[in-house]
Amino acid sequence: MTAPDSPELADRAAEWAGAYVHIPFCARLCPYCDFVVVVGRDEDADRYLRALTDEIAAEPPWRPLDAVSFGGGTPSRFGGWRLASVVEALAARFGLAVDAEVGLEANPEDWTPALAAELAAAGFGRVSFGAQSFDPDVLAALGRRHRPGDVARAVETARDAGFRSVNLDLIYGHPAEDTASWEATLDAALALDPDHLSVYALTVEPGTDLWRAVRAGAPPPDPDAQADRWELAQVKATAAGLVRYEVSNLARLGHACRYNLTVWARGEYLGFGVGAHGFRDGVRKVNVRRLDTYLRRVEAGIGPVQATEVVAGEEAERERLMLGLRRAAGVRLGDAGQALVDSEEGRRLIAAGVVEVRGDRLVVRRPLLTDTVTRLVLR
Amino acid sequence: MVDRARIRNFSIIAHIDHGKSTLADRLLERTGALSERDMRDQVLDSMDLERERGITIKAQAVRLEHIDGERYVLNLIDTPGHVDFSYEVSRSLAACEGAVLLVDAAQGVQAQTIANAYLAIDAGLEIIPVVNKIDLPSADPDRVAAEVAGVLGGRPEDVVRVSAKTGEGIDRLLARIVSDVPPPSGDPEAPLRALVFDSYYDTYRGVVCYVRVVDGRLSSGERLRFMATAESHDATEVGVLTPAARPVAVLGPGEVGYLITGVKEIGRIKVGDTVTSAVRPAQEALPGYAEPKPMVFAGIFPTDGDDFVRLREALDKLALNDASLVYEPETSRALGFGFRCGFLGLLHMEIVRERLEREYDLDLVATAPSVAYRVVRSSGERREIRSPQDMPDPGELVSIEEPYVRAMIVAPSEYVGAIMELVQGRRGEMVDMQYLGPERVELIYLLPLAEVVFDFFDQLKSRTRGYASLDYEPAGYREADLVRVDVLLNGQPVDAFSSIVHRDKAYSYGRAMVERLRELIPRQLFDVPIQAAIGSRIIARETVKAKRKDVLAKCYGGDVTRKKKLLQRQKEGKKRMKMVGSVEVPQEAFVEALKVDR
Repeated sequence: MTAPDSPELADRAAEWAGAYVHIPFCARLCPYCDFVVVVGRDEDADRYLRALTDEIAAEPPWRPLDAVSFGGGTPSRFGGWRLASVVEALAARFGLAVDAEVGLEANPEDWTPALAAELAAAGFGRVSFGAQSFDPDVLAALGRRHRPGDVARAVETARDAGFRSVNLDLIYGHPAEDTASWEATLDAALALDPDHLSVYALTVEPGTDLWRAVRAGAPPPDPDAQADRWELAQVKATAAGLVRYEVSNLARLGHACRYNLTVWARGEYLGFGVGAHGFRDGVRKVNVRRLDTYLRRVEAGIGPVQATEVVAGEEAERERLMLGLRRAAGVRLGDAGQALVDSEEGRRLIAAGVVEVRGDRLVVRRPLLTDTVTRLVLR
Repeated sequence: MVDRARIRNFSIIAHIDHGKSTLADRLLERTGALSERDMRDQVLDSMDLERERGITIKAQAVRLEHIDGERYVLNLIDTPGHVDFSYEVSRSLAACEGAVLLVDAAQGVQAQTIANAYLAIDAGLEIIPVVNKIDLPSADPDRVAAEVAGVLGGRPEDVVRVSAKTGEGIDRLLARIVSDVPPPSGDPEAPLRALVFDSYYDTYRGVVCYVRVVDGRLSSGERLRFMATAESHDATEVGVLTPAARPVAVLGPGEVGYLITGVKEIGRIKVGDTVTSAVRPAQEALPGYAEPKPMVFAGIFPTDGDDFVRLREALDKLALNDASLVYEPETSRALGFGFRCGFLGLLHMEIVRERLEREYDLDLVATAPSVAYRVVRSSGERREIRSPQDMPDPGELVSIEEPYVRAMIVAPSEYVGAIMELVQGRRGEMVDMQYLGPERVELIYLLPLAEVVFDFFDQLKSRTRGYASLDYEPAGYREADLVRVDVLLNGQPVDAFSSIVHRDKAYSYGRAMVERLRELIPRQLFDVPIQAAIGSRIIARETVKAKRKDVLAKCYGGDVTRKKKLLQRQKEGKKRMKMVGSVEVPQEAFVEALKVDR
């Protein structure tokens, strides 16, 4: 088993083949979320499944998949048999590697023993629960409808069904949360002994309800408080045996998320579903973001791609650094990394202890300042 | 030569946006100088910048033919519409016998209306009061006519009412110009005396002078003498503008036209100079000549130090066309190599800066404007200082004087309290207050110019909801208890942030300054102390805490392109930063910080 933050693992991920499937259905809209979601359209699930399988069938043949990730929206609302059908379609079209990671995001309140069993039987081994917080007041402020106790039940159910990796997502820095609340949330999360932990700073994304509230005068998240909470999370999670391998992600040995490692290594992944992104043969593509448009186009045999972008040469190198610098393993220097190290600003960041050269790698030593480094790389 | 009795020389004077250029267009159109087909709106405003700002920077002159029983020649002499250019206005008015005083029928008399009216009265001109924009729904011509009559001491019924936009009343106005403006006097047999009332630089022809012949004859080919500069040149071409240039053999007394001598440097031709014959020179020059005097100074620096040479070339080129722009090299520890530039006023400064950036594609940092102080050192040496950097150390300073202005503010009377509060906070002294009508008041103050150049006009506008207007003129120097307040970033003094302040306000100014800078300077990798100091004494301190978090929470497969663009945009914003020592300072900070109330 490889350590989550090992450079070998980080670089090997560049060779993996990933697939992302977007499930947009949600019971309600969370105020901070800016992903492609639809509410009250559950009756379109079968139509959507047909479109997904059509889209998968239309994709040119490829190598077997090392990682499959279902995101949303709320994949757990899509129904076990539909998710299983999509996995089946992917396996039929591309094949699955022997040790392939098949994972999904799930809301604790949707998670039942029946669903868990159905998914495990279909080959799912990883589940990521949107726990967000264990403080009822913070959950309410975040617009989440589960209760803290739902998370513990969900984790137990997943383990019983045979899921190999259980992840918890947490969000910190909502003004409704204080240090004590966050500490309690971390303790409660770690008490469930997760294999993987994602801790995200609450971010005000344009166009969300949260954004509108802040624009109307509600307090925005305080970056200093968020820095404190991130640090607290590192201390507690590390003490619990988790290892940070990316800015916001920690895992136990052998439980780093393969799909995400592929993205950060600038490896290739296919994207299926409304608003999904893919990256194959040096071309980034994005599907249309409206569900109706997506369905109509796939059904008409037109294909749902809205835009493509060829990323090559120096631009590709800069992307490689932008993504790779987020990892604890850092990124091989290359020309762009060397240019950064040799620049005046780069030297200043090295002197300030923000970034360092370790052998042939560039490694960010203060992950919370990663973008200060990344901006120097980009043009 | 035109018969003097048939010549009428006049200007249109007005507050900004009261419709001067539109009226000029209408007069050109009505007298056939332009067919409607040729009409380009606002012909007299030739520079793009003027069109955009709705003001007239350079005066020009157009000859109009008007038949009113007899054939008349009407010379319309355009004047700059802003206080910064009051010397140019006075020279243009000196070329006229009459002035059309134009007032907006909705806005009424404004500060520049009064200032311009006084200039015209001082120049001995016959004034024809005109209320414009009578077609506007909000027009109140009766009230405004009464106000105008109050200012000029005439009768409201003598005020001509027009709409330059629709053309209504234009014929009445032309008739009044013919009947009221006196024909020019002047002796055709006397030695030549012609007033240079404006000039501009033409790439092909060199300097083109606008002249008004007062006595004698100005003939093409003649050897001329410019009396103030004591230079002699040949009149290579003499002509009139109709508005197209049309060469003529001779311009006689009272006539207005242009003169080309082959001189290439605009600095060698002085506005206000008297042209005479080199062969039979006049004994005495025409009165009123003065050197243009810069009032406001600021450092202009290229953001990219490599652009210094391009900046110098751009200034050299601009100066070809702007004799009032002065500049000398300046070195700033914070901003590198640049120029200390002198301007006639704030608008002039803004225009120059915009032209440098726009026409010469330069990215510039301008320091906050300053004024010229007169200092006496303990050695007895007296000198003028134009930059806070040149202020002697407190121990060496015997006395310091600062320039004052006489400021005229016109506003609705409900804002008098707000204006008084503003002006008193700026060390102003009230000289006079008069009601122009039941609800409008004119306030006269003596104010230190330094207090006016910082944000005063913006403050005045915001405190009076945009209703106040301002005009000012130099009013000599006065001694004052002034100190230099320095700012230190990370322990290092930043020369571009220094400023000269009255001692009584130094503490509150220093405090406000460091607080403002704390907001303007983004968080860096380390704590940045900001201090204000008088000499070696620290009077205020703030700290920009080190930034701790600068990272996007998530970057997954769907985010790559979007996050990349977001970071690129943020990087673009960083380009507007200037490294001062080890501290990144946004360019705007150099002007914004000094806008704090003093």
